[in-house]
Amino acid sequence: MTTSTVTVPARGAAGAPGPGRLRLRRRLAQWGFVAPAVVFMLLFFGYPLVRNVVMSFQHYTPETFFTGRAPFNGVDNWSHVLRDALFGRALWHTLVFTAGSLLGQFCAGLALAVFFSRRFPLNGVLRSLILLPWLVPMVVSGIVWRRILDQDTGVLNSFLDTLGLGGHTPWLTSPHLALLSVILVNIWIGVPFNMVILYGGLQEIPAELYEAASLDGASAWRTFRSVTLPMLRPVITVVLVLGFMSTVKILDLILALTDGGPADATQTLGTLTYQNSFVQLDFGAGAVVGNVLILVSAVFAVIYLRAGRSEGK
Amino acid sequence: MASRTPTTSGRRWGSTLAGVLILCVMLFPLYWMLDTALQPASGLLQVDPVPSRPDLSGFSKALGDQGGHLLTSLAVSLGAVVLCLAVSAPAAYGLARFGLRGTRTIVFGTLITQMVPGIVIANALYDSYVELGLVNSYFGLMLADSSLGIPFSIVLMRSFMLSIPGEVVEAAQMDGAGPVRTFVRVVLPMSRNALITSGLFAFLFSWSDFMFALTLNTTDDVKPVTLGIYQYIGAHVGDWGSVMAASVLSAVPAAILLVLAQKYIAAGITGGSVK
Repeated sequence: MTTSTVTVPARGAAGAPGPGRLRLRRRLAQWGFVAPAVVFMLLFFGYPLVRNVVMSFQHYTPETFFTGRAPFNGVDNWSHVLRDALFGRALWHTLVFTAGSLLGQFCAGLALAVFFSRRFPLNGVLRSLILLPWLVPMVVSGIVWRRILDQDTGVLNSFLDTLGLGGHTPWLTSPHLALLSVILVNIWIGVPFNMVILYGGLQEIPAELYEAASLDGASAWRTFRSVTLPMLRPVITVVLVLGFMSTVKILDLILALTDGGPADATQTLGTLTYQNSFVQLDFGAGAVVGNVLILVSAVFAVIYLRAGRSEGK
Repeated sequence: MASRTPTTSGRRWGSTLAGVLILCVMLFPLYWMLDTALQPASGLLQVDPVPSRPDLSGFSKALGDQGGHLLTSLAVSLGAVVLCLAVSAPAAYGLARFGLRGTRTIVFGTLITQMVPGIVIANALYDSYVELGLVNSYFGLMLADSSLGIPFSIVLMRSFMLSIPGEVVEAAQMDGAGPVRTFVRVVLPMSRNALITSGLFAFLFSWSDFMFALTLNTTDDVKPVTLGIYQYIGAHVGDWGSVMAASVLSAVPAAILLVLAQKYIAAGITGGSVK
């Protein structure tokens, strides 16, 4: 067995001449596999992150796109944006939208995951059909819901009317209700994703634990609290953090439903970045809001990575 | 959850009934989209719960107005899938097998990129896109859209390739195959399922993309259907029949993929995120 120490470094250099050069060539060939992806990610993720920070200190005007000149202006963009009342509102809306969506998606997703863990005919078919809302483009979902929630001609109001529950609710046109409506639609979109991941987590819990619990005479609720939830914890962390990541930056759904209105009631950091940069053509101001959005995400990225580490890998 | 004591088949069908009800509630908006699309153009204010006289004029109008954008979406999405797989499959293999210095950093970076908001990327890229002449180009949009799938695919395929037994790869090398041949002849065929799942998701991400389509295009030259529909409601706000017909058409790929490839979709949702 001691001979193996000799053969290991020679492995791959069977042809013999110049093992050092051969190894270098092999290393280069191996890097050839990884390099395109690294370059791509540096260009499409690394560069924008840096560029966005630089841009937030530059003065952009519609003119910039003709002259190409964007002079540095210190912290002007930052102080301008941060002092704007709309920024504070957008930040608040982002937090409410994200927290509300996560809570709703998670609870409904968990309930469905538990429900579909029962054995019954057609379970698999029904479970996969429920994925459809998650797969349809978000803009399209937004537009369909805009139709459903329309105050005068939408089906939700006419349904409520038939039940005698009012029926003239301005779901998307009232500044007090619009954010809630947008959250409800986003919950609808996110339930399937939560359900699938939590369902997967439930399947991994060993059946013996449930048998032991039932031998101990534990009630269903007690079993859920003392067996299911603790065993599901790692999956719950993952689902919440991933949900956070995708929810905090949502743009298309809000644009399709309300365009950020009425009276900026559904303006979030994402839509505000878009407004600043691509509507007002002030890319410096857009970059400031974008950077704040990244900061908010980064906090949760840290939580995610820590959760991943404590899981063992 | 399921107790192994024999439940009466009645109770089990009761669960099925409840499941169908849940499904009806969840899919109602999509049903309503289809229903509205099938109503005659005149009956706009009151939509029948069931289309009594299905009318395809909304669809023919939508196809006329949005048919080109559907093709654009298809071309851009397929291009993005090819780009995504071409970049991420070799990388996934390299990161799973070669033990290169910096592998951990790169994998970590891949996870981080999935957290960068798209609007931030668009904000910074717009400038460069203008200078490079990539605005309003198919290739520019394909590139941007492939960025949606690349980190996801690397993570998904890498975790799959880690599970390929090392002996298989070593056996190929013993036979004198270089890394490229081993990859193409042995690793890729074995990773078929992971490739399909990644490609499927790259397609869905790209097909659903609205943000890059909105920000990286200034003319109507390259307009995917998501952007087409968004602008449609601005212009045809009274004509919900054709807007909904266009929406149905844009949702068709998702529905087809769900029926044909449901096992890959479920695998992608769990595998791409949890691992």
